[in-house]
Amino acid sequence: MPEKYHIKTSHVLPRLPRIGKCGIVDWREDCARCHNCVKKACVYDKYREENTFIRDLDEVHTLYYECMGCFSCVQNCTKNLLTLALNSEYQKLGNEYWTPQILSTTWLEAETGKVPVSGAGYRGKFSGPGFDSMWTDMSEIVRPTRDGIHGREYISTSVDIGKKPSFLNFQNNKLETVLPPLISIPFPVIFDMSSEKHTLPVLEPCIIETAKQTGLIAIIDSKKWKSIKLHNIEQYLKNIAFFLSPDGPQIPKEILDKTRLVEIPDNKNIEQQIASIKKNHPGIIIAVRIFMDEKVVKRVDELSRIDIEAIHLVADLNGNEINAKNPRFMKEIIREVHECLIKNEKRDEITLIAGGGIGLSEHVAKAIICGADLVSMNLPLLIAIECRLCESCRPGDYCPAKLETEIDLQYGGGRMTNLIGAWHWQLVELMGAMGMREVRRLRGDVGRAMFKDEIEEEIYGPIFRK
Amino acid sequence: MGRSLENKINLEEILPCNTFKTRVPQVEVEKNIKPAPSRYRNEIAKYLIYRDEEKCIMCGTCVKTCTKGVHVLKKGYKLFATSLSYTCNGFVCEKTENFCVAKCPNGALRLIKNPMMEVMGDFRWTSDMILATWRMAETGEILPEDSDFVYETGDSGGGFDRIRIVFPDKPAKVDSDEIDISLELNRRNDGRPKIKIDVPWYGGGMSFGSISNVTQLAKVRAATAWNTFSCTGEGGYMERLRPYDDHMITQVATGLFGVREETIQRVPIVEFKYAQGAKPGLGGHLLGTKNTPAVAKMREAVQGIPLFSPFPFHSVYSIEDHMKHIDWIKHINPRALISTKVSTPTDVDMVAVGSYYAGTHIIHIDGGYGGTGAAPDIAKKNIAMPIDYAIPKVHNFLSAEGVRDAVVLIASGGIRNYYDIAKAICLGADGVVVGTAELVALCCLRCSRCESGKGCPRGIATTNPELASQVTIEWGTQRIINLYNAWSIGLKDILRRLELKTIKELRGRTDLLIHLDISKKQN
Repeated sequence: MPEKYHIKTSHVLPRLPRIGKCGIVDWREDCARCHNCVKKACVYDKYREENTFIRDLDEVHTLYYECMGCFSCVQNCTKNLLTLALNSEYQKLGNEYWTPQILSTTWLEAETGKVPVSGAGYRGKFSGPGFDSMWTDMSEIVRPTRDGIHGREYISTSVDIGKKPSFLNFQNNKLETVLPPLISIPFPVIFDMSSEKHTLPVLEPCIIETAKQTGLIAIIDSKKWKSIKLHNIEQYLKNIAFFLSPDGPQIPKEILDKTRLVEIPDNKNIEQQIASIKKNHPGIIIAVRIFMDEKVVKRVDELSRIDIEAIHLVADLNGNEINAKNPRFMKEIIREVHECLIKNEKRDEITLIAGGGIGLSEHVAKAIICGADLVSMNLPLLIAIECRLCESCRPGDYCPAKLETEIDLQYGGGRMTNLIGAWHWQLVELMGAMGMREVRRLRGDVGRAMFKDEIEEEIYGPIFRK
Repeated sequence: MGRSLENKINLEEILPCNTFKTRVPQVEVEKNIKPAPSRYRNEIAKYLIYRDEEKCIMCGTCVKTCTKGVHVLKKGYKLFATSLSYTCNGFVCEKTENFCVAKCPNGALRLIKNPMMEVMGDFRWTSDMILATWRMAETGEILPEDSDFVYETGDSGGGFDRIRIVFPDKPAKVDSDEIDISLELNRRNDGRPKIKIDVPWYGGGMSFGSISNVTQLAKVRAATAWNTFSCTGEGGYMERLRPYDDHMITQVATGLFGVREETIQRVPIVEFKYAQGAKPGLGGHLLGTKNTPAVAKMREAVQGIPLFSPFPFHSVYSIEDHMKHIDWIKHINPRALISTKVSTPTDVDMVAVGSYYAGTHIIHIDGGYGGTGAAPDIAKKNIAMPIDYAIPKVHNFLSAEGVRDAVVLIASGGIRNYYDIAKAICLGADGVVVGTAELVALCCLRCSRCESGKGCPRGIATTNPELASQVTIEWGTQRIINLYNAWSIGLKDILRRLELKTIKELRGRTDLLIHLDISKKQN
């Protein structure tokens, strides 16, 4: 049995006041002074905490939004003076795809490293666009499930990047096939480059540190390489994959040789470029970065006919097709690309990495079910360090999350590592429910999922289309 | 069931010797419908009426105009008492002669929608649905026709929330009093009791630990009054439940917490819990903070330690193993009916058929969006199919297999009101199990804090004695009795309007339903 993958997490408090969903509107001026104040009886002692918070406050405009929303004080106030209100700051968080709910969940995971748990059943929409239109399966009687989740058995989340030969040649009891390089990482996630919209000098060192802590890989734009300030950078190279930007500086050979993966943008001379890199760095795996646009399947089809090891499909930040009038969501594109590779009998020879709209741990499992080997993500790491996705991260602009200067490795790396720890446990939970031991086996196993359109047609079609 | 069983069968002949000797007298609970107002000082109102004291001339026009008793001017008082805004019908009144705002001669009144409605509730249980359930639990009546609450559906945008019952245009000729909504739970003709419940629903399994002992008692007392059932969940069998044995279902779940031969012999129905809708495929989890000395004693565990139910049953890896389980219980308790509770994987139909052949009397499918207890958020949202799809899938498969009428199909996991019950039965269920709705009747507002720290701040899903003391057994019982009464009235009214005389006739009548998206596409 392989060594168990364990991410060491520890509580990392937020730097800024929390942005909760609701707060109490307190009409103090009409108070009856009844000495029977419901505030004293708050089950969570939030009023007392609020007093302390206000006393120690260094910014007058910050409000206290830690109310748990139980309405007990509202309903017990002698004069009915209290009102619960939605926090408008909370409602403004993120955007249509990166909802306030995703941001607050990510913050909780980054703080605690634990699986978010709540009571009272599911509270959300029946289904939604994107990954919300599919459910994962569960098994009534198949192992490993709880045993795997609690460590008595092992559910493997390891995946491989690289080419896997479909057969081996032996001659005189000796292996003749030259085995191509293969990278195994313990969790099916790699960290993508930050988008141009979200460029902060503090980000890369924290991401690289997290990659090291979690045993994963961070893709770093070669243009940024020289500006990254990390003590003893050599120790991180195993966890770095350079994106060889055409207009970026040359990465020194001795540096590149210590990495295991590089990424290059798709271009017309891709075959020659791959050959050139392979000639100088035979042990390195090369991934080709392709945007998920209308031509993506055709392009993957072409690429699959040349000697290629990994394809990194990238959608826009919301997981949508790029430059399309009616963009499809990445899950549809992943399914098509996966099927194309199967058709070309190349599925095990080419690793498929999918990225763009991966925002929650459930998206990892769902993207893999659709056909990816692993996923890439970046924005959740930024959110983990309390980014609010206000889209104003440009040098000189005010950052409400104070990300320009205040981040140190212990905080940033700690929060990001916690996030990956929480995601890892959640993937194990999903796989446990499915009765699966290995995430490799989940790839393209659409039988382990229910797609809303398909199930609705199958079950409701005959009933309501009569 | 208790009454009918005791009347018809000599218990000495069917109960194991020790059970007969230790059986305590069974308590009857009267099904009286009486007001059970909120236990909170301030009722949450959908609309707020503001009175400008400077403009008000105390003429009392508003008191005379309002038919809902919103404005209170007590005799001998010079000022109005606080408005009973929660009885206000809101802007529905605008079109009537009873709109106090328009009638006020000095324009002193102002009506607004309470901004707290945005904070309260969620897509599945909207604020309207929660307030309407509270009102039904308070009065025992369905809401009047002029009510402004939209409580028949939630706002989730799919499943039951997009399905509507199509009522005929012509006036119904059936009288509500003639309508029978009782449900028989044994269709096997295997010599075991023909248990019949008066309503096509019973209470879901919630353990002592996940909810307080007061809540558990209130649930079973209401079930007794309505001649239906409540379930222990998997946290053991409280001694205080014994006077209600004849209305209890005891659960044999993977943790086997508190399960003893003696507890299995007490009850008329034993439920195997393979999975649950709150966290399909993941087993149970009671957080350490809720594992108080009393809970630990009941579960024969150590106080303060988180308690996990392993998933799945490690003694069951096939339908044959499941059959052995059922045979075991049938042997221990010769009068028991067996219920098999499963969640809703893609092959839920196969699971149901297998369970039938293994000998179960009741197949209980618990959909992925259900549940009341603590669960990982990722499981609640993502694992297993919603019950809205699973019901017709299982019903059709059982029918095709030719065994549909030999087994009872019970659905749960998101059944919120009597409209959902009717839709579930139209789609193919025989009856339903309810859980959250009972808790909402006790003033739960789904703040989802039942898992953290001491548990529920509203005193319902907690084991903290101080918090639990907010609810009394009598009040809790009455609230649930009232809710059941309102549902019973509502469900009978649906049948009356459909010109059906029994709930049986509704089963599988998908022709009475439309889906707002799919049926519309067809047109």
